[in-house]
Amino acid sequence: MDLILIAVISLGAIGLVAAVILYAASKKFAVYEDPRIAQVSEVLPQANCGGCGYPGCSGFAAACVKAGSLEGKLCPVGGQPTMEKVAAILGLEAAASEPKVAVVRCNGTCANRPKLTQYDGVRSCVVANSTYGGETGCTFGCLGCGDCVSACTFGAIKMNPETGLPEVDESKCTACGACAKACPRAIIEIRPKGKNNRRVYVQCVNKDKGAVARKACAAACIGCGKCVKVCPFEAITLENNLAYIDPAKCKSCRKCEMECPQNAIIAVNFPPRKAKPAEETAPKAEPVAPKAEPVTEQPKAETPAQEAPKAEA
Amino acid sequence: MKTFRIGGVHPAENKLSAGKAIETLALPKQAVFPLSQHIGAPATAIVKKGDVVKVGTKIAEAGGFVSAAIYSSVSGKVNKVDSVIDASGYRKPAIFIDVEGDEWEESIDRSTELVKECNLTPEEIVAKIKNAGVVGMGGACFPTHVKLTPPPGCKAECVIINAVECEPYLTADHRLMLEKADEILVGVQILMKAVKVDKAYIGIENNKPDAIKLMTEKAAQYKGIEIVPLKVKYPQGGEKQLIDAVIGRQVPAPPAIPINVGAVVQNVGTAYAVYEAVQKNKPLFERVVTVTGKSLKNPSNFLTRMGTPMSQLIEAAGGMPEDTGKVIGGGPMMGKALANTEVPICKGSSGVLLMNDKEASRAEAMPCIRCAKCVSACPMGLEPFLLATASAHGDWERVEKEMIMSCIECGSCQFTCPSRRPMLDYIRLGKGKVGAIIRARNAKK
Repeated sequence: MDLILIAVISLGAIGLVAAVILYAASKKFAVYEDPRIAQVSEVLPQANCGGCGYPGCSGFAAACVKAGSLEGKLCPVGGQPTMEKVAAILGLEAAASEPKVAVVRCNGTCANRPKLTQYDGVRSCVVANSTYGGETGCTFGCLGCGDCVSACTFGAIKMNPETGLPEVDESKCTACGACAKACPRAIIEIRPKGKNNRRVYVQCVNKDKGAVARKACAAACIGCGKCVKVCPFEAITLENNLAYIDPAKCKSCRKCEMECPQNAIIAVNFPPRKAKPAEETAPKAEPVAPKAEPVTEQPKAETPAQEAPKAEA
Repeated sequence: MKTFRIGGVHPAENKLSAGKAIETLALPKQAVFPLSQHIGAPATAIVKKGDVVKVGTKIAEAGGFVSAAIYSSVSGKVNKVDSVIDASGYRKPAIFIDVEGDEWEESIDRSTELVKECNLTPEEIVAKIKNAGVVGMGGACFPTHVKLTPPPGCKAECVIINAVECEPYLTADHRLMLEKADEILVGVQILMKAVKVDKAYIGIENNKPDAIKLMTEKAAQYKGIEIVPLKVKYPQGGEKQLIDAVIGRQVPAPPAIPINVGAVVQNVGTAYAVYEAVQKNKPLFERVVTVTGKSLKNPSNFLTRMGTPMSQLIEAAGGMPEDTGKVIGGGPMMGKALANTEVPICKGSSGVLLMNDKEASRAEAMPCIRCAKCVSACPMGLEPFLLATASAHGDWERVEKEMIMSCIECGSCQFTCPSRRPMLDYIRLGKGKVGAIIRARNAKK
């Protein structure tokens, strides 16, 4: 009887002392966490892809709450709707953002770009890139080992075995940018989706001189500058023998696509052109009228850039 | 018999061309000189299209202190200054010269007479070597004059000549010793004078008994030169391994360099180039190249002018065998597979190896079985399996902590791995990344 009483009393006393210490400690060392972080975290997609630039969704939520403004903050997976929800919780205004998508800027398919050597090292683009120039004559194009495919957590990139190039599934791509970061040759670019998902871009990153680039790949940009001249909006710049279309200035008129002698510029999601048989003549006839305007101003700025590489050659 | 203490492997030697005397290769039709054929800043071209050059005319100036001048190996007209595909398939700037005749600069002494006396001061010797564009001929192509200029606080105690040629197949240095022993020894004496030491060791592996015998006999006539026979073990030709083998000192981890333990290491080919540069006024524009391979009709050693395309060497050795799987620039352990056989011979091209399909094919990588063979094979005392895995995961902090920068890329780990794991591929990647991170960090400071 005594034994039981002693045990109950002593254990009870220890429990009481411990409870007091714990209570004091919880008061003294309490860390305040903004309850909004948890709320914001809840509306985020929990993909933890890092596409926002923060370590995971909780990191992004903490950053949003702390910042006091949503300028420059975007969850690429959830997009604008998610950001609006976040804004509502925080009582802020969501920054306007454009939906984006990853584009593969290389059209060096097996047919366009003949293989000269065979790579039998580790199947990894970064390793291949640090070892040598690649299996083809193009030292800028896709290496085809699929680092972008393994980087994608959404299953949006697949290797096309026929072309040997990666293909982006627009419906799955969240533009988190993991593939662009994984590509050692910076071939993948995150571009605005464009109006009605229609966009025009240069599908090449080769900076070699025209003759060298053309020899390596039938679809290479040769830096001829025709697109620069034909663009009525000054959206195309030519640097290091490579044309680049600024998505902010491009109005998707598709004049450059028709002008490109290498078919290196592609336009996606456009309806097929009218009068298919006349395609050959149409581009020549059509641009004549608009050409007259830009030609007077543009070439001044653009011709030097375009002639410089020729001088080197 | 001496050798280095840590790790090492024994690849099959396959010195097929060891018995072949050095032949002089015919002149190429066009010679190509990449501007970056050494470690350090690329050289800057000082000729332009249409310029007429002679053999031994300077065509490119050193682009900095750690850099080297380039001389024409042929006479003719400059065709263009353009880009050429290098061994790795990337385009690099280069000078193209169309060959016309074979007219040499008059300042070059073309006689074969041995000139023993050298009355120049150490500074004059280094200046002459620098001017002649001499770089390490073992393969790394580090400018020789930089090695001969010890940084402040360091003092050279001895010169070590690397005549190990531990790479299987290659025999260029071996033949050079047999045919130019006196010239090499005079070159060694010049190097000793340049760094103001009175002791030099020549390390030779004992698979070259004829070279050891000849060099030992000849060295008796020269003061302070000792021949050190070494037990065959790869990678004994690594600078740090050779220092350990010959004088028993270990070079600390980078950024320490051999001079920190008092050693100046030079390749035997470099010693010969130094002799020619200082005593004969002949800049570095030709070298001995081994062309070899099991299926090759006639494995040979050629005295080749720089800028000659490798395809010409292969033709001269009997043409490319049908079963060729890979063409390697250098030896089988550290050489690189060539993307193109039109790649020109450069200052560091010690050999061209044609591997047959069987030799060239890589076995499929199997999972690591934690046998630790790579750890015991690593001559730098690293843990290759760990470096490879961490590099594959992109954990650059970890690999830096695990001393990836100490790796000499000898390939012993991959050679010894029973699972045939491509460890070196990943380690090279990690080394490149960590190197860039360290450079960026130093630049910030």
